[in-house]
Amino acid sequence: MMPLQWAIVFFPWAGALALAAVPNLRHATLGNIAVSTGTFLLAVALAMQPFGQQGWTHTDALNLPFVLVTGFVGLTTAVFSAATLDQEGFDHWRIRAYHAAYQIFMGAQLLALLADNLGVMWVAIEIATLATVSMVAVHRTPAAFEAAWKFFILCGVGIALALFGTIVLYLAAQPLLNAETGLSWVALMEVAARCEPATLSLAFAFLLLGYGTKAGLVPLHSWLPDAHAEGPVPISAVLSGLLLNAAMLAVLRAKAIVGANPDAVTPGPFLLALGLASVLLASLALWRRGDARRFFAWSSIEHMGIAAFAFGLGGPAANLAGLLHLIGHSLVKSAVFFGVGRAAQVKGSQKIADIGGLVATHPALGWGLAIAIAAIAGMPPFLLFASEFRLFTAAAEIPWLALPLAIGMVVALAALVTVLQALCFGPPTPDAAGALDGWREAAAAAPLWLHLAVAAALGIAMPAGLAAMLMAAARVAG
Amino acid sequence: MRFGQITYDLSHLLGGAVLLLSFVLLYQRRIGAVINAFAMQGTLLALAAAWAAHAQGVRGLYLTALLAFVVKGVLIPLALHRLVRQLNLHRTVETALGVGPSMIAGVALVGLSILAVLPATEAVSALTRENLAFALSVVLLGMLMMITRRNAISQVIGLLSLENGLILAAVGVAGMPLVVELSTMALVLMVAIVAGVFAFQIRERFDTLDTGSLEEHRGERR
Repeated sequence: MMPLQWAIVFFPWAGALALAAVPNLRHATLGNIAVSTGTFLLAVALAMQPFGQQGWTHTDALNLPFVLVTGFVGLTTAVFSAATLDQEGFDHWRIRAYHAAYQIFMGAQLLALLADNLGVMWVAIEIATLATVSMVAVHRTPAAFEAAWKFFILCGVGIALALFGTIVLYLAAQPLLNAETGLSWVALMEVAARCEPATLSLAFAFLLLGYGTKAGLVPLHSWLPDAHAEGPVPISAVLSGLLLNAAMLAVLRAKAIVGANPDAVTPGPFLLALGLASVLLASLALWRRGDARRFFAWSSIEHMGIAAFAFGLGGPAANLAGLLHLIGHSLVKSAVFFGVGRAAQVKGSQKIADIGGLVATHPALGWGLAIAIAAIAGMPPFLLFASEFRLFTAAAEIPWLALPLAIGMVVALAALVTVLQALCFGPPTPDAAGALDGWREAAAAAPLWLHLAVAAALGIAMPAGLAAMLMAAARVAG
Repeated sequence: MRFGQITYDLSHLLGGAVLLLSFVLLYQRRIGAVINAFAMQGTLLALAAAWAAHAQGVRGLYLTALLAFVVKGVLIPLALHRLVRQLNLHRTVETALGVGPSMIAGVALVGLSILAVLPATEAVSALTRENLAFALSVVLLGMLMMITRRNAISQVIGLLSLENGLILAAVGVAGMPLVVELSTMALVLMVAIVAGVFAFQIRERFDTLDTGSLEEHRGERR
């Protein structure tokens, strides 16, 4: 039997093949849910197993929590997608392409997380990018093409630079490793301290630029807002909630290797600088957005910046804050996109000015979105509050760094509150579309509330097993 | 391996020729000539990969060489020529930065990559590190071309030539694991981007392949 670590990658890919043959909307969406449920169950089963290496993949404390999050968000997004996909107006070719691309993306995302071999991880991130580009372009409007083209070209350059960095990294470790293990992250971590430091530094520069582009760190972010705003709604949720995590973990793994060598360049300050730049630019950019989905895409840039800042500080406490932040952001941001996406469908426009008073007219959606925006702004009791609190505790020793971060986050918070009031409370705007029939309206709102419940539960009382795993992960990341 | 041995000399000659073609790409003023220069670069890259396969005794690299020749030396240039003819595009290359300044910037980038690579790789064999300096120069020149050309096809060719630099780097590192798989996947990415040019039918939508006009469809200006 195929090892579980491989099965969880190949199962969605097999599902993609099957779904490509289903032209019927209802059958395809149900099939998509079935495949995603299977993937989620495999992720849970994988989490039950002890850590281990299996060919080019491995499980450790660092990737397992993210595999679980990926399985979970993949499943809830499939449910949301099933409830609302008819609003996108796809013909049967696009239904096939959309579901196949969705599952190809899920498999590649899981492979990127599980890969031990840095070459395999690179290939996985590339496949995930190709799958998402095709989904961003699926509406075939000029704006969608522009978004997809920008996404393609900028991430193409980013991915190319990451490959160059991978080659240089191998060059640094070549005298110490044989060809079999030359790109294994575990093996590289063991020998990192004895590698040629200058070569390692050069490799880090390229890996940071390459994967940093995919993670949307300023100044490499400009593809991100358009890509999140133009694709079908569920794609924004998985782009923001999942793909950014895979890229950020790639950056973190590169940082861990270089950080293990005392003579190489110290990677922390680079991440701190990119992270702080992301938070500050995003906090200002948030004030200038008129488009709701672009607004929350910019908020993703801000949160990736916060996570990069935490990883840049380094040390177990800050790393733990960063990992919690990534997980919390995945859960809450995809919830926000479910809410905003559904609201945009109801109002027939994704401009902030056209969406108003949701609480009065659509209470389940409106309150859910309001709470989700409060959660993404870092309000207790959600996980993002816990992670930001931990981050400031860790950063308090260096006030000249913590202060600009705090200013950026407060400015962003104010922008979020303004938009929260406009979208959910202000005077109601007219609806363009009627309500969905019966169960589908509930199925469109359920993922949002479920994500909020999980994020709140993790923020208040994280299960001991998961907490211990994340502590271990924070130490692995160095 | 050192200077004066045929392995060393020939792989340097080929690597240098690939770099030279990057400069040729920079000073072309007609889109057809840019495509031809790119085809030439792809062919030279194939030769460099084939020579690396022979010198390192890695048979898989012959596959890389073959793919590079067929796809980048023949198929992509043919497809791009066809696209230019079909859409009756402006045949001249629109530059954001003149040819003279681009060449000077290119020379500066080559200097930069030598200064970045050579001191950083003192432990590696001379052949590998000098090859890596060539490769990084090709990568940087590809980026320069993407920045200084306003035309979508030239930008794609800049990215394709950037990827040529990556393959040059990958085949130059003896013993690199998965080198064939990685270079093939990099090629797949590039083919997908070329396919994107066709699929997105930028001309049909925007009446020009000039990416400047795409800006109007950016985000919030609708």
